[in-house]
Amino acid sequence: MERTCCTIAVRSLTVGYDGKPLVRDVDFDLNRGEILTLIGPNGAGKTTVLKSILRRLEPLGGTVYLEGRDLESMSGQDMARTLAILLTERLRTEMMTSREVVATGRYPYTGPFGLLTKHDRQVVEEAMDLVGVGDLGELDFTRLSDGQRQRVMLARAISQEPKVLVLDEPTSFLDIRYKLEFLSVLQDMARKKGLTVIMSLHELDLARRISHKIACIQKDQVVRLGTPEEIFVPSYITELYGLEEGCFDESTGALELPGPAGQPEVFVLGGNGTGTAVYRRLQRDDIPFATGILWENDLDYPAASMLASEVVSVRAFGRVTEEEKGRARALMEGCRQVVCTLNPQKGGAVYEELDELLGWAKGKLVMG
Amino acid sequence: MGYEKKRCRLALAGLFSLNLLFLMANVCIGSVDIPLREVCSIVRGRGADTVFRDIVSEIRLPRALAAMILGGSLALSGYLLQTFFHNPIAGPFTLGISSGARLFVALVMVVCLGSGRAAGFGAMIGAAFLGALLSMGIVMWMSRIVDAMSMLIVSGVMIGYICSAITDFVVAFADDADIVNLHNWSKGSFSGIGWDHVAVMAAVSGISFLLVFLLSKPIGAYSLGETYAGNMGLDVRQFRAVLVGLSSILSACVTAFAGPVSFVGIAVPHLVKCLLGTVRPIVMIPACVLGGGVFCLLCDLLSRLLLAPRELSISTVTAVFGAPVVILVMIKRRREM
Repeated sequence: MERTCCTIAVRSLTVGYDGKPLVRDVDFDLNRGEILTLIGPNGAGKTTVLKSILRRLEPLGGTVYLEGRDLESMSGQDMARTLAILLTERLRTEMMTSREVVATGRYPYTGPFGLLTKHDRQVVEEAMDLVGVGDLGELDFTRLSDGQRQRVMLARAISQEPKVLVLDEPTSFLDIRYKLEFLSVLQDMARKKGLTVIMSLHELDLARRISHKIACIQKDQVVRLGTPEEIFVPSYITELYGLEEGCFDESTGALELPGPAGQPEVFVLGGNGTGTAVYRRLQRDDIPFATGILWENDLDYPAASMLASEVVSVRAFGRVTEEEKGRARALMEGCRQVVCTLNPQKGGAVYEELDELLGWAKGKLVMG
Repeated sequence: MGYEKKRCRLALAGLFSLNLLFLMANVCIGSVDIPLREVCSIVRGRGADTVFRDIVSEIRLPRALAAMILGGSLALSGYLLQTFFHNPIAGPFTLGISSGARLFVALVMVVCLGSGRAAGFGAMIGAAFLGALLSMGIVMWMSRIVDAMSMLIVSGVMIGYICSAITDFVVAFADDADIVNLHNWSKGSFSGIGWDHVAVMAAVSGISFLLVFLLSKPIGAYSLGETYAGNMGLDVRQFRAVLVGLSSILSACVTAFAGPVSFVGIAVPHLVKCLLGTVRPIVMIPACVLGGGVFCLLCDLLSRLLLAPRELSISTVTAVFGAPVVILVMIKRRREM
């Protein structure tokens, strides 16, 4: 038997249905308190990998070690005491209070009739307090909001006192407030309880923030596994998801619809984050545009580079040269309108060449 | 917690007392009314009137006990099926399981009658069990194809119709002399039940009740869904097989002795749930058994009294009380979704 000291070690796990492999050779190690997130296009097999780790699906090959023990050799009860789950699919309960739902997590610890001891009750209360649902105990589970329900389910998983928690798209039904709330509680649990977390997420921005490691699943394999910094490199996400319409900016996590194509009709004098709203308005009206002069570290730069037909840019912290000014002038002359989103009269920081550019705009100028 | 525990205990005690009350009522009331005092002395073996004694000990008492035991079996079988299919309107009757059992029993009866012997209990229960398993198998196969709750019931009802049609066909072939008995049975009735029947059904149902009660912890886990149950360490496949076996043997036992009895399997678990205010299996299981007893005792009493001296089939009465409950359950479900 292979000796591993990690909380969970997955070795060349191949998963699939009816003997047909869907994802091959999944390998990773996770230590106490680490969070691994699976990302990748729909249907790539994220859920299948999770199901196989849980033994809900017989793996086609490979091994999962929990604290050095082969998962296959563990009894159902031992597994339940080490590994807890939380699924997207809603729990169908009837006449159960939240506390009763949480208490189901004690199943692997109770006797033949499932009666709770004083200790079990105490663990349930602690789990509820930790997750912040202590005051929902008496409410019927079906009456809770989606956010509360997911947190009660998290308390349930925690009362199971596992080492590893597996979550399948836990934030799918939640609105943005509950998404943040849920993940921050989860992060807290990973820290406080040393819980190792494996989950799948659709929200790339959140995955990037919460995960210690990210595994990208595409076609039939884990195409890349690494820290968020290693995954969110320019153009990688666009490639992973095969984005054809629109694009994703890996540096900021911003997502844009496809920009209007063709000769620029409007020139936007933007910068400092003031231009982005105008770019998006032009995108909605399908009017091709050019913009400038932007430094590459300007807030407007990511949206500009994704949406504009042409961007007159200067490298970060650089100086504007005659060349950029010339290009901007030529573009403005070709456009029917120039929109300026910077306001020199109102004060505030604008670059010194702006007045010169405004002069060239002449009658076409509109202040945005 | 204290309040709920009290409520459950009170409900169980209430159901138990109601069983005793209706048991006495079923023994006392009928075409000949027998005073309670008389019944008590007969039970104690000191009855004076031989006519009364025969009525009580040979007809009414075994019949009432059978109604109680079989009612409990039906209710429990319904509860197990609802757990199995995660469907509140699943039951031995709506899923065609009773009808499948009935078809096989009818076949065995007709074959035995044809060869001039009475069918033994073993053969009857065995045949009913086979029929129940067969219907269950078809319904389970259908449930993989159609996911919707209502479609499952529709396919169950269709299986029920097919089995009933074949049963009627088989019964039509039986000898004239035996047809009355067979006809009564095939419509569902607790009449003509003797002590030997009661002993067999008490043994079969009693053991099944006990086994189901011992399974109350995994039943609770399974009701949360198979994935969660699996994660709690339950061997889901094995558990499903046990559940199918137990629910089939319970409804088979009823069908072998009393023919098809409708709606008890859905109505009683639902009513009991409302009474208890919880679905914890450890209280649901005994409450279903007791509740089914009360329900069937009441319905049997009414079937004998309403058109006396003629007797209604038991399903006629259970349907009157049971069907509205099913409709209520469906309306409530819709509102929750």
